[in-house]
Amino acid sequence: MENSKVKVVLGVIGADCHAVGNKILNYALTAAGFEVINLGVLVPQEEFVNAAIETDAKAILVASLYGHGEIDCRGLKERCREAGLGDILLYVGGNLVVGKTDFTEVHNKFIEMGYDRVYEPGILPDQVVIDLKNDLGL
Amino acid sequence: MNNILLIDFGSTYTKITAVDIEKEVVLGTARGITTVETDIMDGLNQAMEALFLKTGKLEFKKVLGCSSAAGGLKMVAIGLVPELTAEAAKRAALGAGAKIMGVYGNELNEYEIQEIAQLQPEIILLAGGTDGGNKEVILHNARMLTTIGKDIPVIVAGNKSVAPQVIRILLESMTEVVHTENVMPKLNELNIEPAREAIRGVFLKRIVQAKGLNKANQFVDDVVMPTPAAVLKAAELLGKGTDYETGLGDLMVVDIGGATTDVYSIAKGDPTKSNVALRGLPEPFAKRTVEGDLGMRYSATALFKAAGAKMIADYARVSTQDVEAYVKKVEENIEYLPQNDVERKVEIAMGRACTSLAVERHVGQLETIFTLLGSAFVQKGKDLSAVKNVVGTGGVIVHHEQPKEILKGATYSESTPEMLKPECPDYLIDEDYIMASMGLLGEAYPDVAVRMMKKYIVRR
Ligand code: B12
Repeated sequence: MENSKVKVVLGVIGADCHAVGNKILNYALTAAGFEVINLGVLVPQEEFVNAAIETDAKAILVASLYGHGEIDCRGLKERCREAGLGDILLYVGGNLVVGKTDFTEVHNKFIEMGYDRVYEPGILPDQVVIDLKNDLGL
Repeated sequence: MNNILLIDFGSTYTKITAVDIEKEVVLGTARGITTVETDIMDGLNQAMEALFLKTGKLEFKKVLGCSSAAGGLKMVAIGLVPELTAEAAKRAALGAGAKIMGVYGNELNEYEIQEIAQLQPEIILLAGGTDGGNKEVILHNARMLTTIGKDIPVIVAGNKSVAPQVIRILLESMTEVVHTENVMPKLNELNIEPAREAIRGVFLKRIVQAKGLNKANQFVDDVVMPTPAAVLKAAELLGKGTDYETGLGDLMVVDIGGATTDVYSIAKGDPTKSNVALRGLPEPFAKRTVEGDLGMRYSATALFKAAGAKMIADYARVSTQDVEAYVKKVEENIEYLPQNDVERKVEIAMGRACTSLAVERHVGQLETIFTLLGSAFVQKGKDLSAVKNVVGTGGVIVHHEQPKEILKGATYSESTPEMLKPECPDYLIDEDYIMASMGLLGEAYPDVAVRMMKKYIVRR
């Protein structure tokens, strides 16, 4: 039944219009048995949170490709806590910062911001599916 | 016999329209005072006498009514996220012609339950959660509603996974609990038609009686819907047409009253410009909004605050002191009509301000996003810039000598380029004030209603 599927919210945050990775992730996650609530591109933080509340989603997957990830993604965890979603899983991926900064540094920065998993550019969707299933105990 | 009588039991006046559906003409219109407190038939009989003075005695094969008497259909809408299911529930209620007393999101607390009790809604629309989504909040809210200490009809239009439970809880203390489809089955998917139908069902079954409208039953076949729902229906017919009669295409209707301003649009509202991304809740094709702070008499002071003295003074080309003085006068004496040139100008300017602000709140907005590649746009709400027809109805507009001047407030303005208002519309006036009647007629005779509106609602 459609409704017993685990729901995850997916979207590209901020003023970012890169749509291709979003479509690929949507496809891969759906094929893996998740119900994807895909918010598409140009998504404000608030909409991720609202969508997760209303649909009872178990994870929010945030993408940022255009280099402003740090600014756009900051504060999402706090917003989730504020809205009673303190336990929801937060993943982030894409090209999170401008240029080729050392990834460990980027990783730690986003972990500090409250994200549960932070992905390097070029990560394969399969890995994301494996991690999600692990983290959600599926 | 081809005569049909259409009645609008309004808050102040009972307006009647007699039509011959064979010849497709209005035989006559008349009005009486709405007497819902005593016997609704008194005012109706008064109107009938006035009508027969003009037309001679008439027989009717059908008599249909709509009503906004005794404060209209008072509703409260409840959802989960204010921008999502609570907004969807609000839109469903507005589309059903209700007067929204309050909109609530998240888990209700005792204070809110007390507040809802005081608002005395006649129907509560309870939504929350997409199908398979959040369950806890709608269950909590159902439990809270059972503590309200009143028996109020509740329509349940939330997460289908828990609908049976929600209904069982509510039935512990309410006699009328109606189940319908979720107003938002999936995120950002609006499904308000079933809820609208359910509201209408409860209106017919319960509210008509509660308001004493059933006293008219020996004479009126049915009071079928709230007046705003009839106007919305008429607007939809006029815009879309039927299989046999073409409509006018996309349109907007403005109805200014003493207390509120209603705006209706019949249009998809998709982006008309390139490089625009749509965001937010999808919009109903037939959309109604109501502004409780924009009106010509009871809400004159609120309008003055919302528009600012300068906006009204600029439209009227008078001083802000003149505006202030006039607003005070009409608020103190709601029967007051303009007595001189300055007052007439202010009256028009107030109407235009009502139109302008109400339309701005109805239409979508364009937000510019600057990227390194240039600018991109995000649209929220309906793009009505290409709408070709703006129709004026309601007492204030139809009885005015210069209705077009009032309606001009609906047009796009360079000072607010982000507002997607009609750019160069034609203005049409519902001169015989028949729109609500045509909505009623349209239930059984849609083709006739479309043709008659095209004939009687005229370009100015
Ligand atoms: C196509 C493209 C565009 C198109 C986008 C068209 C569209 N609507 O999609 C256009 C021309 C509009 C564009 C514009 C811009 N772009 Co561009 N664009 C690209 C390009 C060439 C390909 C992106 C793509 O589709 N990749 C294919 C998909 C499948 O890969 P992906 O997006 O990386 O996603 C995968 C993974 O990263 C991961 N993933 C992605 N998100 C997430 C999220 C989570 C949670 C997880 C787990 C995984 C994950 O999974 C995906 C599937 O494997 C890249 C360069 C490149 N080769 O990557 C630049 C690139 C992304 N763009 C860049 C930039 C700077 C811009 C602009 C700012 C200006 C410019 N210089 O062109 C604007 C920004 C516009 C805006 N407001 O968003 C930079 C970003 C720099 C940075 N971050 O350091 C890049 C890297 C180019 C570069 N090397 O300079 N761009």
